[in-house]
Amino acid sequence: MTGKNIQLDKNGNLKHFLSIEGLSQPLLHTILNYAESFATVDKRPVKKVPLLRGKTIANLFFEPSTRTRTTFELAAKRLSADILNLNISTSATSKGEILSDTLRTLEAMHCDMFVVRHANSGAAHYIASQVAPHISVINAGDGRHEHPTQAMLDMFTIKQHKKDFTKLSVAIVGDILHSRVARSEIHALNVLGTNEVRIIGPHTLIPKEIEKLGVHIYHDMNSGLKDVDVVVMLRLQRERMRGALLPSEDEYFKRYGLTNQKLKHAKKDAIVMHPGPINRGVEIDSDVADGKHSVILQQVSHGIAIRMAIMAMVMGQINRDENKEKKK
Amino acid sequence: MRISMENGKLLDPANKLDQKQDLFIADGKIVSLEKKPDDFNPDLVINAKDKIVLPGLVDLCARLREPGFEKKGNFDSELYAANSSGITSISVPPDTTPVIDTPAVVEFIHQRARETNRANIFPLGALTQKLKGEQLAEMYLLKEAGCIGVSNALNAIENTEVLRRAFEYANSCDLSVFIYAEDEKIANNGVAHEGAISARLGLPAIPETAETIAISRVLLLVEQTDVRVHFCHLSSARAVDLIRTAKKQGIEVTADVSICNLHLTDMDIADYDSNCHVKPPLRNERDRVGLIEGIRDETISAVCSDHQPHEINAKSAPFSITEPGASTIEHLLPLMLHLVNRNEITLNRAISLITSEPAKILGINRGFIEKNKHADLCIYDPNSNISIDKNNLLSSGKNTPFNGWELQGKVTHTLLNGEVVFSID
Amino acid sequence: MTEKIDINVLIENMAENISSHCGTQGYKNPLMIGIQRGGVWIAARLHQKLKLADPLGELNIAFYRDDFSKIGIHPEVKPSKLSINLDDRHIILVDDVLHTGRTIRAAMNEIFDYGRPASISLAILVERSGRELPIHPDIIGKTITLKEGEHAKLSGPEPLALEIMKSG
Repeated sequence: MTGKNIQLDKNGNLKHFLSIEGLSQPLLHTILNYAESFATVDKRPVKKVPLLRGKTIANLFFEPSTRTRTTFELAAKRLSADILNLNISTSATSKGEILSDTLRTLEAMHCDMFVVRHANSGAAHYIASQVAPHISVINAGDGRHEHPTQAMLDMFTIKQHKKDFTKLSVAIVGDILHSRVARSEIHALNVLGTNEVRIIGPHTLIPKEIEKLGVHIYHDMNSGLKDVDVVVMLRLQRERMRGALLPSEDEYFKRYGLTNQKLKHAKKDAIVMHPGPINRGVEIDSDVADGKHSVILQQVSHGIAIRMAIMAMVMGQINRDENKEKKK
Repeated sequence: MRISMENGKLLDPANKLDQKQDLFIADGKIVSLEKKPDDFNPDLVINAKDKIVLPGLVDLCARLREPGFEKKGNFDSELYAANSSGITSISVPPDTTPVIDTPAVVEFIHQRARETNRANIFPLGALTQKLKGEQLAEMYLLKEAGCIGVSNALNAIENTEVLRRAFEYANSCDLSVFIYAEDEKIANNGVAHEGAISARLGLPAIPETAETIAISRVLLLVEQTDVRVHFCHLSSARAVDLIRTAKKQGIEVTADVSICNLHLTDMDIADYDSNCHVKPPLRNERDRVGLIEGIRDETISAVCSDHQPHEINAKSAPFSITEPGASTIEHLLPLMLHLVNRNEITLNRAISLITSEPAKILGINRGFIEKNKHADLCIYDPNSNISIDKNNLLSSGKNTPFNGWELQGKVTHTLLNGEVVFSID
Repeated sequence: MTEKIDINVLIENMAENISSHCGTQGYKNPLMIGIQRGGVWIAARLHQKLKLADPLGELNIAFYRDDFSKIGIHPEVKPSKLSINLDDRHIILVDDVLHTGRTIRAAMNEIFDYGRPASISLAILVERSGRELPIHPDIIGKTITLKEGEHAKLSGPEPLALEIMKSG
């Protein structure tokens, strides 16, 4: 694309974490490696390291999400940072002036990092383009665009079970159209060299020309799940049933809900993932969600280590360049 | 005021003028196109050596933001910006606040036009009251007050019965209807063309069918009601096809395209550049080429600026909640010349698209150079460059999607009714 | 300029000194922890020679460095490995070079996040000048004097070699 990648500083180090798109394979591997180390922290008597002591992180949630906010909060606390939770109602920020006022106020409070969740695609990019240079921005989900930390924790989970991405077939099932998780996963899987990325869903939930992101499109589960190593089920928002996108939960479950029966088409050792929260009986059967293929709970615990790794990386890069210059 | 314009090259496709020729103006009119009339003592001599003299440009659609949106722009700022691009006649859509659905608002606009005295302003009246698509506006009274056509601006008319009756009634008032064709339901609050870019960026998307379904509906009603319809701002190649076919079948409609859609595509949105949030959306390169093709074969007969200045805050937000529209009026001419430089259209065609053709659509007596007619003129230097810097725009709206572009062709003088309203010195 | 030092002799001496240090202090069954990476190499040799019962602990101090905000995170962080409960244990902390003392401070901070040991003794292969914190080793392989701009670097794990080199 034409614009420069504002995620990286002039030396190619991570400054903001906004989207998987635009990040290199080595960088994604570095994140996964760091997360490996950080994963040991919560197995210790004192579940805390002093890495970000004295730093202030603001959770800017323009769209409520207790789960995501909590994992970022825990990750920040385990890095010894101070964390500020702000739930800002979107009605108050429909105007740009109020959004930029909020940012200026937080900058004046000497925040070092914003973790941003927003209902509009591109919000994290926008905020990153507006903040003072010492501030890093982490995207905790922007509209239908990306949810890059979720994708990284899913990659981490896959890596624990499958090692080599280049031999894997991964199927992402459900509401691709509205899913920021799906977009981030598609990019992450492709950057990591996954053999085949499939998406499965009805035409109404698959955006036009999505194949240009490097996916194969399937409209039925039996052929879509055939011989896959990983199945990623997406959450189906109940409000999608009200429009013209889907007729009913029952019909959706019959066609696209993951059951043990449908899972038989996948490889014997396939793993099943879900970003949560699960709608049991809508996109996934309880037998599968709690079954031996499911790694859904592992995903949740990996979420903290991944977010610690990313927070440490974006904060650690600041001043690095100047320091290098000085040494020379 | 007497002005003699010497050594310039006159270019007026409507009158097949394309030669070095002097021109003499007195009392607002062109008094001679050949030799200096006897006892002509000019108050001003403009030396147009190495420059090109055009008819003053006619912009089919520009928002001057009065009344109602003065924080975005006003007649003084926007018309000065227009003059800097050689524009002397402008048609303004009715989506002001209050809406142009009463003679009082028309009178207000005329009064502001007289006060600023920088361009001929041709308001379009509302097609339905408050543009709500429910009840017909007082079209006859609006016409009496000076509206040269009617339009529902960017607001859809969902009820086809209302649209049919509005067409019939406009026809009986002998008014042209200016239609922005978009099916609001299928556009579904989208902000970008449905395709690879909107899929990648996760932006709510507007399918091509939002435009083509709406155009088809209007074409069928035109066939039935025989009203004169002009389609505003086509955006897709398929839309051009529909109109091309209809014209071949004898349905007399006209169409224009906004200058943005001739230069930009959805690729230009890049990482959410809100200045590329426009309506109709920027579509893909195939569509852009289709629009150019439509210009070449005269399916499309005019190019407008579709100027929409915005205050900074309207564009400072995540892409989909920014306001659509681009500030374009002061670059209309150089952007047209750019198409010529890229060999996409000829110079003659480029000039007629922004002079005589839009004048014909509006039914106004402007957009040409003729003896004893209004001296609305634009002089530009084809060898002088401009570089677009969003911080140095004359318009109040700094929301140009062309920031950083280098273009050829700089307007040096603009004359309205024989008076110099803009000159670079 | 480089100067070769026989590390095997130094480690032999250190092992003896640790034994007698623990004897005089009355430390029974000490727990050995090496600091990654060089400290772990030295500690592994000592651990073998002393035939300690508990497995060797490995400490990665990347998350505890006080210069994090200046130099960022180390590109090759490996997790710390401390599987044994540290509470009330006597710890022998091992590192290759003692310079400013900041690494040792960070290591002690980390150790206290794992538990409350009875004592910590510090064993160092090479002690050099330049201390910035009040930290003194209990067991020293060798004390060296470095000129300005020189630093000592251990390479390993096999073979172990210490080099004195001009920096920059």
